[in-house]
Amino acid sequence: MEYLKAFAVGGLICCIGQILIDRTKLTPARILVGFVVSGVILSALGLYEPLAEFAGAGATVPLSGFGHTLAKGVRASVADNGILGAFTGGLSATAGGITAAIVFGFIAALLFDPKDK
Amino acid sequence: MSLSSDEYKKMGEKAVPKTKSIRNLTGAFLIGGAICALGQFILNFYLDLGLSTPFAGTACSITLVGISALLTGFGVYDKIAKFGGGGTLVPITGFANAVVSPAMEFKSEGFILGLGVKIFTIAGPVIVYGILASVIYGIIYWIMGLL
Repeated sequence: MEYLKAFAVGGLICCIGQILIDRTKLTPARILVGFVVSGVILSALGLYEPLAEFAGAGATVPLSGFGHTLAKGVRASVADNGILGAFTGGLSATAGGITAAIVFGFIAALLFDPKDK
Repeated sequence: MSLSSDEYKKMGEKAVPKTKSIRNLTGAFLIGGAICALGQFILNFYLDLGLSTPFAGTACSITLVGISALLTGFGVYDKIAKFGGGGTLVPITGFANAVVSPAMEFKSEGFILGLGVKIFTIAGPVIVYGILASVIYGIIYWIMGLL
């Protein structure tokens, strides 16, 4: 059931991305920016946490979940450290994913050459 | 039923994008859903190891990014993306793919100004606006706490 919920909700969130690809002229970068910022806003409004509780990875794996993690990090850090937390909470909470992308991106670039598409 | 070639063309134009968009949506739903289900499996694996929820989430993201980097390196991710579309773009694996692809491609232009700059072609704007949004939220949240 847990996997079914993750599959269904994650799949539906991706369908929003597909509709944006098919129906608008938005580039992938703009779409991803839209997802992250939407995630921050929905999390700030208290709407994303219930979705994450319901769908687990179905809500956290899409990039809107990255926005949710940013907002959650800021929320926790502001509660602990005051205004300074607004500047440290977001990156701290998302550091693992961002660092992994840089490290693995670099290693992959060393090991592999671009493929013909 | 008889149609002029003009009418026929119009009918064709109407019909084609529709079936295409249904096929695209199906691909996005299935592939995106599958990636999220895989994420759930990885998340549960780390939770079972005894990691706390936030750390398990981070470990899950790192693992998915690693898998995506490997698949991108082998050229497999782009093949999945032909069917998956938004289903491969929107998950964090798509973010990783958007980091790895330009890094590989622009390595030939040098490690600093090629790889080092282009690695952030798509990740850069995502991080910039994600951070900006979260800082604005943090300041609002802080002010609301003072009231």
